[in-house]
Amino acid sequence: MTALLRFDDLSKSFFGVSAVDGVTLDVPEYGVLGLIGENGAGKSTLMNMVGGVVEPSGGRMLWRGEPYAPRDAAEASARGVAFIHQELNLFFNLTVAENLFVDGFPKRFGLIDRGAIRRRAAELMEALDLDVSPDALIEDLSAGERQLVEIAKALHRDADLIIFDEPTTSLTPRETVRLFEVIGRLKAQGKTIIYISHVLGDVAALCTHIAVLRDGTLVEAAPAEAFTIPRMIHAMIGRELSGLFPARTARPAEETVFSVAALSQPGVIEDVSFEIKGGEILGLFGLMGSGRSELARILFGLDSHQGGAIAIDGRPLSGGARERIAAGLAFVTEDRRAEGLMMDAPIADNLSLVSIARFGRTPFAMIDTEAVEADTAAIADQVRLKAGNIRRQPAKSLSGGNQQKVVIGKWLMQNPRVFILDEPTRGVDVGAKYEIYVLADRLAAAGGAVLFISSEIEELMGVCDRILVMSQGEIVGGFDAPPFEQSAILSMAFRQAA
Amino acid sequence: MGDLLARLLLKNATALIFAGVVLLFYAQAPHFLSVENFANIVKQSSFIGISAVGISFVLLTRGIDLSVGSVMYLGPLIAGFAMRDLGIGVAGGLVTAAIAGIAMGALNALFIVRFNIAPFIVTLATLFFFRGAGTWMTSSRQFDFDRSLLDFGLSSVAGVPVPVVFFVVFVVLAHIVLSRTTFGRQIYAVGADPEVARKAGVRVEFVKARVYMISSGCAAVAGFVLIAQIGRLDVAFGEGREFDVIAAAVLGGVSLFGGIGSALGAAVGALLIQTVKTGLVFTTVNLYLQPIVLAGVIFAAVLIDSLRVIRLRATRKRSIRPLTR
Repeated sequence: MTALLRFDDLSKSFFGVSAVDGVTLDVPEYGVLGLIGENGAGKSTLMNMVGGVVEPSGGRMLWRGEPYAPRDAAEASARGVAFIHQELNLFFNLTVAENLFVDGFPKRFGLIDRGAIRRRAAELMEALDLDVSPDALIEDLSAGERQLVEIAKALHRDADLIIFDEPTTSLTPRETVRLFEVIGRLKAQGKTIIYISHVLGDVAALCTHIAVLRDGTLVEAAPAEAFTIPRMIHAMIGRELSGLFPARTARPAEETVFSVAALSQPGVIEDVSFEIKGGEILGLFGLMGSGRSELARILFGLDSHQGGAIAIDGRPLSGGARERIAAGLAFVTEDRRAEGLMMDAPIADNLSLVSIARFGRTPFAMIDTEAVEADTAAIADQVRLKAGNIRRQPAKSLSGGNQQKVVIGKWLMQNPRVFILDEPTRGVDVGAKYEIYVLADRLAAAGGAVLFISSEIEELMGVCDRILVMSQGEIVGGFDAPPFEQSAILSMAFRQAA
Repeated sequence: MGDLLARLLLKNATALIFAGVVLLFYAQAPHFLSVENFANIVKQSSFIGISAVGISFVLLTRGIDLSVGSVMYLGPLIAGFAMRDLGIGVAGGLVTAAIAGIAMGALNALFIVRFNIAPFIVTLATLFFFRGAGTWMTSSRQFDFDRSLLDFGLSSVAGVPVPVVFFVVFVVLAHIVLSRTTFGRQIYAVGADPEVARKAGVRVEFVKARVYMISSGCAAVAGFVLIAQIGRLDVAFGEGREFDVIAAAVLGGVSLFGGIGSALGAAVGALLIQTVKTGLVFTTVNLYLQPIVLAGVIFAAVLIDSLRVIRLRATRKRSIRPLTR
C-alpha cells in the first residue's frame, strides 16, 4: 500500500519540551489509521502539524511523495486535509448550505446563487444519508447531525485525508453507529482517514492500521489485525516508576470529611458518589473528556447539578462557590493562567485574594495591610515559595511550579477542610512536581481531605491512598489500596477488560 | 412544549412588543390607528431608521459604533461647505455626505482593525473628534443651507416623501447585501465566531473594516436627509442620537452579542421607537414621564436579547455524555 502522507523523523517541541519526538510513520492511502495514546502522548500535536496549526521544529512531511509544509489551516485544506475537531467549526446562525460555502459562494447576477448551494448541500446530505434540510440552521441540529455537516464540508472541499479527533464523545449510540457507516462509505470512496479515539473497541473495529504514541514517540505501528486491546493498552503505558514521590506521612483517619452522594447533571455527570476521610488523598483518574474537571466545577459550585448531595463533615453544601469556600472547600483549578491567578498582580495580592475580607478593620472595613503582609509572608514560607519581593513581583514572573504554590497558598490562608486539586502538576517541571506532592501530603496530614484529579496515572499511583476512575461522566470503578496497577486503571478508563 | 413556546416568544419578541404597543395606544386613543398617522411615523422614523440599518452591520460582527451621532453632523456639514463653495448642487451634496461618512468609517476601521483597539474606545474618541472638527469648521455657528436643499427634502416621489424613499431603498439594499452576498453571510460568520471564521478562510479584518464604513456612510446620509427637511445645521445636531440608533437596532432583534439580527429588524425597531414616541403624544401621559416609558421599552428589548443569548449558549455547551432525549 502506498502512503498518502509520510512523517519523516517529525519533531515538535514547545519551549524546549518536546511534544513529538522523531516520529516516522506512513499514513496508508485509502486506509483508516487509528492513532492512540494517553493524554499528552503527542497525538494532537502530530495532527496539528498535518492541519497546519503548528509548525514542525524538526523533520518533514511528505504528501504523495512531495514535501508538505502547510503554513496555515487554509493551506492544509487546499491541499486536501480536513480536520474534524471535537469542537466543531460551524456557524450556528447560518444554514447548513451556507456553512459549506462560507469562504466562497457561487454567484448569479452578482448575488449568492441560493439554488446552487442548496442543490449541492442536498447532494452531500444524501451522500451521507442525513435527513436534514439544506436551509436548516446549525443551531437547530443535534450534535450528531452537526458532525455530519462537518463531514459534508470535508466532502465538499474534496478532501483526500479526513482526520477525526474523538468524534464520538457527544454522540448517542445510534449516532455513533451512523458515523461508523459514514466512515466506511468514505473509505469506499477512496478517502484516507485518521481516527483518534480513546474508545479502543471502536479503534479495533474501524481501523485498518493502528499507531501507538507514548511521550511523543511512536511505540508501535502495524496493521490492525496485529493488535488486541490488551496489547494496545500495554503499548500506551510502560513507563517506569521510580523515587519520584515523597513518602506519605499520615494515615487516613476514621471519620469521613467529604462526601458526595448520587451527584447527577444531564449531559455531564451521572450518579457520582464517593467519600474522603480526614487525612486521605483520593485520586480521580479520567481521560480527556471523561468529566473530571466538570465534576470539580460542580463540586465547587461553579456549575449546577440536578440531583445528589455534597457534604463536609456531614453538613450539606449548598449555594455557589462563595458559600462553599466559607464551608471549608478549596479548589485548585486546572487552568492556572486563566482561572487560578491574577497574572499581572503581585504575589501577595494573589495570596490574600480569597481571605481578604478577614482583614477588614472597622471603621469602613479598611484593610489591615500590616496583618495581610505578615500572613502572606508566613504562607509564602509555608509553601516554600521561591520568589523575591512578594508585594512587588507579579505572579506571571514565577515558574509554573511556584505559580501553583501561590494558588495552593491562597487557599491555605483560609484553612480549608477539603482540597480539590485539578491537574495540579500540569505545566510544572519534575522538581516542582515533587514539591506539590509534598504539599498534598501535608494538607492530608493536617487532617484535611484531598481530591487529587489527574490524567497522569503515575502520579496518582505515587501519591494517593485510593484511586477512582471516571469515564463518560461516571465513576466506573476504583482501587482501594496500593500497590496500584497501571494497566488495570487504564483499562478501566477505556472501559475495557484487560 | 414550554421550551418551544419560550423559543417562539424570544424569536418574535419584536413583533409581539410592536403589537402590544399599538394595541395599548389604540385602547387609549382610537384615532391613533389612522393611515396618515402611520405615514407620519414612517417618515419621522426614517432618520434613525437609515442609521440603524447601517449600525446593524457593525453590531452583527460583535462591534459597536458610538460615533454615528457625530457623523450625522459632520457628514452633512462637509457636504454643505462643498455645496456652498463648489456649487455642486443637492445631488453632489448627497454624494459628498456619503463619501465623507465612509471616510470617517474608514478612520474608525483603521484604528479598530489595523491597531486592534476596542471599537468602543475608538468610536468614543471619534464621537468627540468628529463633532469637534465640525465645531471648529463652523466656529460653533449654525450653518444655513441653500433653499434648493429644502426643496429637495420636502419633495416626494410618486406621492412618497423623499425621506421615506431613502429609508425603503436603504432597507432593501441592506437586506440584499446581508442575506444574498458573500460579504453579508461572512458578517454573520464573523459575528458567530471570529476565530472559526478565520479558520474557514474568511478575511475577518476585511469584513470588519467594511462594516464600519457602511455604518458611518448610512449615518451621514441619514443626517443629510433630515437636514434637507430643516435647511440648517446647528452644532447640537445628532448629539446623543447614537443611543437612539443602537436602541432601534436592538429593539428590532439585532443582538449586541453579534451574529443575530437583520436589516429589516433594525428598520422595524426604528419604527417601533417612533411609534412609542408618537403614541405617547396621543395619550395623556405626562410629558415628563415619556422618556421613562421609552426607557422601559428599550430595557425590555435588551433583556430579551440577553435571554436569547443565554439560551443559545446553553445549547452550544459541550456535553460529555449524550443527552437522552
